[in-house]
Amino acid sequence: MSARPDLPRFPDSLPAEWCRELDAELSSGSNVLAWLEVDLDESLGFARTRIVLCDGELLSRRAGTMQWQRWPLHAELQLGHFDHAGVGTLELSDRQGRLSVWRYTLEQNLAVLRLIKAFESRQQLLATGAAPAVESGDICPKCKAPLPPDETECPICTRVEQTPPSTWTLLRLWRFGKPYQGQLLAGFLLMLGSTAATLVPPYLTMPLMDDILIPFQNGQQIDAGLVGIYLAALLGAALLSWALGWAKTYILALVSERIAADLRTATFEHLLQLSLEYFGGKRTGDLMARIGSETDRLSVFLSLHLLDFITDVLMIVLTAIILFSINPWLALVTLLPLPLIAWLIHLVRDRLRTGFEKIDRVWGEVTNVLADTIPGIRVVKAFAQESREARRFRDANHHNLVINDRLNKTWSLFTPTVSLLTEIGLLVVWAFGIWLVSKSQITVGVLTAFLAYIGRFYTRLDSMSRIVSVTQKAAAGAKRIFDILDHVSTVPEPVRPVHLANVTGAMELREVGFRYGSRSVIRDLSLQIRPGEMIGLVGHSGSGKSTLVNLICRFYDVTDGSIRIDGIDLRSIPVAEFRRHIGLVLQEPFLFFGSVAENIAYGKPDATRDEIVAAARAAHAHEFILRLPQGYDSLVGERGQGLSGGERQRVSIARALLIDPRLLILDEATSSVDTETEKEIQRALDNLVAGRTTIAIAHRLSTLRKADRLVVMDRGRIVEIGSHDELMASEGHYYRLYQAQQRHAEELLLEGAAA
Amino acid sequence: MSDFELSRNSFGRLVLKAADGRVHEGVVAVRAFPIAAPDEGISLVGSEGHELVWIARLDDLPDDMRRLVGEELAQREFVPVIERLVAVSTFATPSYWRVTTDHGETEFILRGEEDIRRIGHGKLLIGDSHGMQYLVPDLYALDGHSRKLLDRFL
Ligand SMILES: Nc1ncnc2c1ncn2[C@@H]1O[C@H](COP(=O)(O)OP(=O)(O)O)[C@@H](O)[C@H]1O
Ligand SMILES: [Mg+2]
Repeated sequence: MSARPDLPRFPDSLPAEWCRELDAELSSGSNVLAWLEVDLDESLGFARTRIVLCDGELLSRRAGTMQWQRWPLHAELQLGHFDHAGVGTLELSDRQGRLSVWRYTLEQNLAVLRLIKAFESRQQLLATGAAPAVESGDICPKCKAPLPPDETECPICTRVEQTPPSTWTLLRLWRFGKPYQGQLLAGFLLMLGSTAATLVPPYLTMPLMDDILIPFQNGQQIDAGLVGIYLAALLGAALLSWALGWAKTYILALVSERIAADLRTATFEHLLQLSLEYFGGKRTGDLMARIGSETDRLSVFLSLHLLDFITDVLMIVLTAIILFSINPWLALVTLLPLPLIAWLIHLVRDRLRTGFEKIDRVWGEVTNVLADTIPGIRVVKAFAQESREARRFRDANHHNLVINDRLNKTWSLFTPTVSLLTEIGLLVVWAFGIWLVSKSQITVGVLTAFLAYIGRFYTRLDSMSRIVSVTQKAAAGAKRIFDILDHVSTVPEPVRPVHLANVTGAMELREVGFRYGSRSVIRDLSLQIRPGEMIGLVGHSGSGKSTLVNLICRFYDVTDGSIRIDGIDLRSIPVAEFRRHIGLVLQEPFLFFGSVAENIAYGKPDATRDEIVAAARAAHAHEFILRLPQGYDSLVGERGQGLSGGERQRVSIARALLIDPRLLILDEATSSVDTETEKEIQRALDNLVAGRTTIAIAHRLSTLRKADRLVVMDRGRIVEIGSHDELMASEGHYYRLYQAQQRHAEELLLEGAAA
Repeated sequence: MSDFELSRNSFGRLVLKAADGRVHEGVVAVRAFPIAAPDEGISLVGSEGHELVWIARLDDLPDDMRRLVGEELAQREFVPVIERLVAVSTFATPSYWRVTTDHGETEFILRGEEDIRRIGHGKLLIGDSHGMQYLVPDLYALDGHSRKLLDRFL
C-alpha cells in the first residue's frame, strides 16, 4: 500500500515513539521539518524537552508534561540563540516580547543550529513564497560548507567520538615488541633451556641420597665412580644454566631497551603532532616525566622484572611437572599453598595499582613545581617569592610522602605474609613427607628432593609476589604513555587530503566562530582576503586578534564556520603542508638553543649560508649578528638569552623570510621594543611583506600605514573594515582608538620635553 | 539606598536605569569571584561589555532587585553540584561519567585527569568535554562509593 498523502510525514531519523505521539498532534498533511530534544529545562535541571518544527507551526513538550505547546508560524516570529559558560539558550520571540525559552548544553549546539536553519528557511518561504537559494538545502549548518552529495552529515564536522582506552594497557606494548619477534623467541627458548638446567641439581639429590648416602649410613661402601658422575652432572647443569642464562639476559635486555627507545620516540613524535589545545591543558613537567622517566621505567620492567617473572613461571610449571612425576600425593600437598598465595596477590593488587597511579600523578606535581619555577626564576626573584616556591615544592613533596606512606602500609604487610605462608607450607611438606616415609611410601631421597625443590620454589614465589607491584607500576606508566599516544589531535589530519598546488594566498573566512572550552571568543566572523593583500588587524587587547591568527594558522580548529585558502577548507589540507606556506612572527619570539644561523634556518634546515645571510640582511639583523663574538655561530640560549628583545625579533623575522611564505602573519611583532628598534624592525618587515598575503596585528596603529585594509575587531566580531582615511572619516571604533593613541603619544612627548 | 533601578522587559532582558538617568537594556550580571566568594562583588555589565554598576554585596540590594539579579545569575552560570557518582566507564581517560547533580542526573565525558581542578580543601571543579563545569563542594562529604570512584582520578 502506498503512503496516503493526508497523513503527517516524518523524517526517517525521528524516533518511532515521537512519530506515534505526533501523529495525534499534527494536522493531516503536515510535515515534520526539524526536531530536537534539548537536555535542560528552564530552571537548568537535566530534563528533556522536545521541540518540533513542522510546516505551519513550532511545537514543544516539556519533560513531565503531556501537553504540547504550539506556536503557529508567522512573519514576526524569530528564533534566536546565544550561549554562555557552557549553556545555550534558544529563544522564540515576536515583536511584543519573548514567547518561550529553551536551554541546552553545548553538546546539542549543532542540532539547535539545524533547527534554526530549518526555521529560517521556512519563514523565508512563508514571507516570499519562494524557497531560499538552492545552496541552503545541503549546507552544513555548522561550518557552512556545502555537503557532499548523498550525505546528510558534514564529513569535516562530524569527527570520531573519543573512546576510552582499554585497561589491558601493558599488552598494547606488543605493538612495539612486534618488530623484535625473532629475538624475543630466541630469548624465550634460551630461557626455557636455562631454567630446565637449574632444575637438574635438586633432582640429583634423590639418587645421591638413596643410592649413596643412605646405603653408606647402613654400612655400605661409597661408590666413588658413581659419585663422580653425579657431581660432574651437577657441575655440567650449573655451567649450562650459566651460559644459557647469560645469553638470554643479554638478548632480552637488548630488545627491551630498543622497545623502550621506540616507545619514547613514538610518544614524542605523536606529542609534536598534537594541537596547541593539548599543550595548553598540560603542564610541561608532567609531559617531560611521562616521556622521560615512564619509558625508562617500562624498559626496566621489561628487561628485569618481566623477565624474572616469566623465568619464575616457567620454573614453577617445570617443577610442578617433575614433582607430580615423582609422587603425585606429596606434590599435591606441596603445591597447596599456591592458590592461597595467588589469592593474596590478587587481593593486594588493586590497592597497589591505584596507589601507584596516584604516586605517579603526585610525582608529576613535584616535577611541575620545578618546571614552573625554573623558567620563571626571574619573576620569582624579582618578587622575592623564593620561600613561597620552596613551600610549594615542600607541599608537593609532602603529598608524595603521605601517599607513599599509605601505600607502604599495605605493601609492607605483603612480603612478610608471603614468607609466613612459605614457612607453613614447608612445615606441611615435612609433616606429610615424614608420614609417607614412615609408611614406606617414599624414600628419604624423594623427601629431600622435594624439600630442595620447594625451597627454591617458595623463594621464587616470594620474589614473584614483587612482580605485582612492578607490573602495576609499569602498567600505570604505560597507561600514562598511551594516554598521549591515544590522544587524537584536535586539529586532525584530513581523511581525504586535498593538496595545495600553487598557493595564491586568497583567504576566506566564512561565519567563523570559536570557543576556548565553553568561552566564546570569535563570533560569526566573515572576511575575504585577496591574494597579496595586506590586512591590518586592530582592536582592544582581548578582542580576539591572536585567536583569529591561531585559527588561520590552524593551531586550533574553528568551532563553527570555515576558513578556506584558495577555496579549500583548511581542514582538508594536510597540516604540515599548509603550514609550510605560513610565515609567523610573534610578539615573543622563541629561539631554540643553538647558533644564530641554525635559528634562522629553523624552517628550512637545508638553507645555504648565502641564503641565511641574505635573509638576515633583509631582516636588518646582519649587522648586529656580526657584532656578536662568534658572528652567525654565536650560541643563543634557551629563551634567546644574550639577545635583546629587538634582536631576537629580527632573528625571527629572518626565519620567516627564509622560508619565503605565501601567507605572512605578524602578531604584534613590534610591540615589545622601543620606537628606534621598531623603525629598524619596520624596515625589515617592509621587505618581508612585499608580494605576500599579510595579516598584521599591531598595537601601534601607525605601523599599519601600509595595510590595504584595516579590520577593526571588538569582542570577537568585526566592527569596521576600511582604509585608514575611510575609518577616520566615519569616526567609529577606529577613530576612537586612534585618537586615544595620539593623545598618549603627545603626552609622552610633552613629558619628554619637560624632563 | 541604591541609586539605580532594575527591571525586566518583555523579552526577558534585564533593564538598568542608572543613576544618571540613562537606560541600558540587556544588562548582564557577573560574579567577580564565583568560587571563592560568590555573594561578594557582582558587576552589572552593559551589552557593550562595560561595567555599569558594581554591587559590593548581594545582600545590600533591596529584595526585588536582589531577586532579579539572582535570577540573572542563576541562568548565566550553570555549575551543577555533583551529589553522587553513579558510575564511570573506565578509570583511564577519556571516561564517561554518570552523576547525580542538584540539577538532576546526567552523563558527561571527562577528557583527562587535568580537567579536575582542585580549588581548596576537598573542593573540586570538573570540566567536561564540552566545557561545562561541575562542582564537588566537599570531596570528603561524598558517599563512600562516589569517593572511591573519584579517588582513582585524583
Ligand atoms: N588558550 C586560551 N584559553 C582560553 N581563553 C583564551 C586563550 N587564549 C586567549 N583567550 C581569551 O580569548 C580572548 C581573545 O584573546 P586574544 O585573541 O589573545 O586577544 P588579542 O590578541 O586581540 O589581544 C581573550 O579574552 C583571552 O582571554
Ligand atoms: Mg594578541
